[in-house]
Amino acid sequence: MTGQPFHRSRAEMLQERPAPITSVGVIGWMRANLFSTWLNVALTLSALALLALTVPPLIDWTFLDATFAGSAGKDCTGEGACWAWLDQRIHQFVYGFYPAEAYWRANLAVVLLVPAVGYLLFANLPYARYGRWFSLAYPVIAAFLLVGGLGLDVVRTDQFGGFVLNLVAGITGIVLSLPIGILLALGRRSRMPIVRTFSVAFIEFIRGVPLITLLFVAIILLPIFLPREVSLDQLVRVMVIITLFASAYMAEVIRGGLQAIPQGQYEAGQAMGLGYWQSMRLIVLPQALKISIPGIVNTFIGLFKDTTLVIIIGLFDILGQARLLQTNQDWLGKVDYETFLLAALFFFVICFGMSRYSINLEKRLDTTRR
Amino acid sequence: MKFKQIAGAVAVAGALCVAGGMPGQAATLDDVKAAGTLKCGINTGLPGFAYTDDAGKWTGFDVAYCRALAAAVLGDANKVTFVNLTGKTRFPALAAGEIDVLSRNTTWTLSRDVDLGFTFIGVNYYDGQGFIGRKALGVKSAKELGGASVCIQTGTTTELNLADFFRINKIKYEPVPIETNAEARAAYDAERCDVYTTDASGLAATRTTFPKPGDHMVFPEIISKEPLGPLVRQGDDQWADIARWTLNALITAEELGVTQGNVAKMAEGTDNPEINRMLGKEGSMGKMLGLDANWAARAIAAEGNYAEMFERYIGADSPLGLGRGLNALYKDGGILYSPPFR
Repeated sequence: MTGQPFHRSRAEMLQERPAPITSVGVIGWMRANLFSTWLNVALTLSALALLALTVPPLIDWTFLDATFAGSAGKDCTGEGACWAWLDQRIHQFVYGFYPAEAYWRANLAVVLLVPAVGYLLFANLPYARYGRWFSLAYPVIAAFLLVGGLGLDVVRTDQFGGFVLNLVAGITGIVLSLPIGILLALGRRSRMPIVRTFSVAFIEFIRGVPLITLLFVAIILLPIFLPREVSLDQLVRVMVIITLFASAYMAEVIRGGLQAIPQGQYEAGQAMGLGYWQSMRLIVLPQALKISIPGIVNTFIGLFKDTTLVIIIGLFDILGQARLLQTNQDWLGKVDYETFLLAALFFFVICFGMSRYSINLEKRLDTTRR
Repeated sequence: MKFKQIAGAVAVAGALCVAGGMPGQAATLDDVKAAGTLKCGINTGLPGFAYTDDAGKWTGFDVAYCRALAAAVLGDANKVTFVNLTGKTRFPALAAGEIDVLSRNTTWTLSRDVDLGFTFIGVNYYDGQGFIGRKALGVKSAKELGGASVCIQTGTTTELNLADFFRINKIKYEPVPIETNAEARAAYDAERCDVYTTDASGLAATRTTFPKPGDHMVFPEIISKEPLGPLVRQGDDQWADIARWTLNALITAEELGVTQGNVAKMAEGTDNPEINRMLGKEGSMGKMLGLDANWAARAIAAEGNYAEMFERYIGADSPLGLGRGLNALYKDGGILYSPPFR
């Protein structure tokens, strides 16, 4: 029998075809992520319904129905938010009672913060070698700019306030609590009894007492014990307490990281003839800190939010300014939600930023072999 | 045994530290003059009494007293360092010498005067605790509030008064404790409680902030006496005298018609000997207090007399809209009464 041989295979290639639209693109993504199971469908739909119920009224209230002009609460007659205070009061939310002619100093300190932090956080910036030195010198520069002296007018720390105060207290705490926490964590694992006892006692004492109690001790009890001539600056007292408090928690986070490092790593350091500090610096800590990143950032975020407690020494951070405006009789009862919303937005931006950076850092340092 | 000895030594050392560190009987006046500024404790924000203006400057009825005192003592109403204190930190701050005078709507009570070791130097506002509630409740009097939930600010005398009032009248209530006045107001507005109680001065202001003030009523009962006034540490009588007579000068100035506007002219001499004595034209009252002759004139020039301060910050034409009531002069039907300048 002759004729065409029977081909089980195709003679020519088929044209490439796009994947079915149900598995790629927007629809595919939605099928995979939003509607993969009945439970997911239900969750997606109820979440959408919730958003539809809340978002439009919120936008109406915040922007569309809001009052933006006026000089007192009585001008806010609409249904929406009252933002009329913004143009007169925003500088107090940002700078507190910092003297207006010195705003440039606070501005400069915040602007310089960007490269100072940038060089610490990101490895691939230009002029990195000099940048690191700048980062180290930054605290001195910022303190000089903010407080004054040496030719600049001195600004008392009780004039600090608003956003700038949160930043000053938060960043000081963050920068100092990490090294102190590392030392305490190493101290707690040390074989030297005095160092170990001190570290354990310090950490357990601080963790055993609420922050607000420590603050009251520093603010109310300390002046009774100190002679009258010795007066420690109130803001310094609070910043020391907040830093020590965060350090104790930091120490435990880092100790967790240290304990996750296999004994072999320590022994490897010794085998290579490295001393204690060398092996810690070169081998153990880089690994321990890397796995502690989520916990460290957790502590940072907690610390940053604790800076609102400066209200108990009568300083008005951004939250304090919000409450202060609420008790101004011109705005009484009109700006309760608006001022809190502004403070919340500010904290969200900073804390969300920290958490995103920590995710970025974890990915960058990820050396696990998957 | 050894432990006991050590413990004893530590206790003694601690006591010595406390004694050494305690602000002694040192003259506060000298300290204030040396510092060149009056450290005045004020509220962290109370409508009408202590608040900031758009420039961030502290103003208000309690603040005005600080400025008047600074003007009397230091000659400049702006030489004041304001220390903002919460209900919890105000007394320790005064006891520890962090402030020279506390002008923070503080109720004069026996235990604060005697047990805490302070000297109240007078009353600058006679207040009393009242209730505000929704008209829809159908309640006409605070005595009908059986079973009601009451929003209340913690750590204040109002909390104790409330308990007393309900105990005396044998009615049950459910307290809803809240930290700040603003939160209490918001909680009441959100119907988390049936009534809200605080000083009557606060209630009037609160009522005006509600979307429909007409839906709420202030009950007629005033359940407590709340004489609010400035106070100083006990043990420095000269300083207490200066603080007391500065307040008296402001009240007397209203009685005698001395105002911010005419005080400079009157200080040059008038036909009224009491005005002349107070403003330093006759006699030596400033010297008796350890101040110069013009102390009272400066105090009055700072923020005006009592009536001017009252009207500017909390009076009928201010947003708070409070009437003088008990705080009118004795000859106008109130109980404001200053001893004579003689």
